[in-house]
Amino acid sequence: MIDFTFSEEQEMFRKAAREFAETQVAPKIPVMEETGEVSDAVVKALGEAEMMALTIPEEYGGLGLGYVARMIALEEISRVSVATAMMLQVFALGIEPIVKFGSEELKKKYLPGLAKGERLATTAVTEATGGSDPTGIRSAYKKEGDDFIVNGRKCFITNSHIADTITILTKSEDDPKAFCAFVIDKDMEGWRATHKEHKVGMRGCNTGELAFENLRIPKTQLLGNEGKGLGVTMAAIGDVGRGGMVGCALGLQAACLEESIKFSNERVLYGKPISALQGIQNKLAEIKIDLEAGRLLAYRAAAMQDNGIRCSNEFAVAKYFTTEVAQKAAKMAVDIHGGYGCMEEYAVSRFWRDAAVLGPSAGTSDIMKVIIGRWVLA
Amino acid sequence: MLNIVVCVKAVPDPKEACNIKIDPDTKTLMRCEVPFVVNPLDKNAMEAALQLKEQGDAHISVLSMGPPEAGNIVKECLALGADQGFLLSDPAFGGADAYATAYTLAKGIEKIGSFDVVFCGMASSDGSTEWVGPEMATFLNIPVVTMVKEIVESEGEFWQVKASLENGYRLMRVQLPAVFTVTRDLNTPRTLSFSGIIKARKKEISEWGIHELGVPAELLGVKGSPTVVSNLSTTESKREVEMISGTREEKAEQLVQKLAEAGVI
Ligand SMILES: Cc1cc2nc3c(=O)[nH]c(=O)nc-3n(C[C@H](O)[C@H](O)[C@H](O)COP(=O)(O)OP(=O)(O)OC[C@H]3O[C@@H](n4cnc5c(N)ncnc54)[C@H](O)[C@@H]3O)c2cc1C
Repeated sequence: MIDFTFSEEQEMFRKAAREFAETQVAPKIPVMEETGEVSDAVVKALGEAEMMALTIPEEYGGLGLGYVARMIALEEISRVSVATAMMLQVFALGIEPIVKFGSEELKKKYLPGLAKGERLATTAVTEATGGSDPTGIRSAYKKEGDDFIVNGRKCFITNSHIADTITILTKSEDDPKAFCAFVIDKDMEGWRATHKEHKVGMRGCNTGELAFENLRIPKTQLLGNEGKGLGVTMAAIGDVGRGGMVGCALGLQAACLEESIKFSNERVLYGKPISALQGIQNKLAEIKIDLEAGRLLAYRAAAMQDNGIRCSNEFAVAKYFTTEVAQKAAKMAVDIHGGYGCMEEYAVSRFWRDAAVLGPSAGTSDIMKVIIGRWVLA
Repeated sequence: MLNIVVCVKAVPDPKEACNIKIDPDTKTLMRCEVPFVVNPLDKNAMEAALQLKEQGDAHISVLSMGPPEAGNIVKECLALGADQGFLLSDPAFGGADAYATAYTLAKGIEKIGSFDVVFCGMASSDGSTEWVGPEMATFLNIPVVTMVKEIVESEGEFWQVKASLENGYRLMRVQLPAVFTVTRDLNTPRTLSFSGIIKARKKEISEWGIHELGVPAELLGVKGSPTVVSNLSTTESKREVEMISGTREEKAEQLVQKLAEAGVI
């Protein structure tokens, strides 16, 4: 029989993540919203709470807890702050290529610091000429002895201005089919974070551009085989990136439901709380149905990931579904709040803006359908 | 080494207090719908113990009396950093008032063996009698300081603590072993950590019933409880709106007067 229950320990993880989010993250949200800047205190707290260590194996200073635990943590943190969950999810996305494709030397060099939050990670693939189509990137490498020289720019990179340990995807100057993935760090010269984006939502999560100018990368920083870098970054984005977005979406859905229940129990119209109205109950039911279905998709895929089973297709389904219904949930939550939903004092207005940002990250819904289409036709 | 026992109670989550119902026949709380959590002030008791352990050599035993599900909160305390867990659970312990609870806990502490300090919350968020700590000290025949808001001196055999009073505090010097009931001013309890939860995998919880404690059933549970709750009812809170008119100054004056009349200020 399929066991759908969380273990006692997993329930405790949920409690830990919830307590963390409510005590350490929630108080910082107003400033994050106002300035759009990353809260140093939140980053520090994430490190102290070992949130970056979840997916790092124990032998490299991590907790080795895997992906169901990560999903739980992301869901709970996103329930309080989607921006913080997004930042955290991309730390893991930056960590994954080192765990899966890094040499022993690279793992020893980076993972213990990343686990402690002393180093912060991201993965930079997207460029102006290549988002959905990563083969369109123009950041190019050429070989000089044992080194690689990289020039180019990346855009829409989460954690661009706070990360110091970055997996980058580059393309050969000579061979359009050859890609290399490298890990670069703050001690290397020839790269910097440039433009900072101002997003409509997920304020307090940093997104921006990176520029590489004659960035010299030693061969030892290569992730996976030379020429096979596309597979490295796509593997990480396929499950950790998509899975991370799913966690963010679930938390947002849960938050929309909670706020809507609270408001509709308090708002009195026609002499009764509006939760007594069938039209409102209908909306609440719809958010709940989507949340329940999303959770099943999410935790099934994460459980497969923990068992070492290929799950990027399952995550494509979960990513498509949860990020779409999160946007629907946010719209319904705002609707339930009437005019109040458009006012910034009400959290649902933030959820609405955050929901809009869930779509494109780690692949748009169109791209998820392309992947799912390929899957069913295979 | 300092041997610390922390007594913790599983209470219905106060955040979901609105879902707690009262059984009209037995006048007891119907808790089934509401999840159990560690009594909030017991978290301060845990934190006090954990801080002492961080400062020096200490061993923390966490003790709870309750239904088998209360094992979860003992586990949670192990995840926070306690070393060993003890759950006193037996149908015979059911329905205990503060007196019978204190007696059972005291027997549990005696069975745990050597101890220097017992911490517990000043009160539980559901029963709120504030009696269990002092009664337990009486059964153990050791001193008790209630409402501790600061531990001033915790070296050696004599401790100094500040106990809250309405408008200040009393500085108390007390000889160990002793029971301390703590207030929320004492500290800010830490939250659970993932690595703490992992470490708790290896920690044990001993479950003891009436046989393990070896005490007569008459002294336990309902039978051993001299107090009965004769009535329990919910209060209804209503919100009323009253609009005040006039100039800004007049409105402020009226507001102050009304708040004073209502006894708020
Ligand atoms: C908040 C945020 C954070 C991000 N973080 C990172 C990061 O950390 N690292 C990183 O590398 N990238 C990051 N990205 C980039 C993200 O991965 C891209 O935005 C995404 O892949 C889409 O690429 P694009 O923006 O270039 O859109 P385009 O690829 O230009 O897409 C334009 C439109 O065309 C549609 N489309 C494209 N191809 C197809 C197709 N085959 N069939 C049907 N429709 C199609 C798309 O769905 C979309 O509607 C982030 C983006 C956002 C918004």
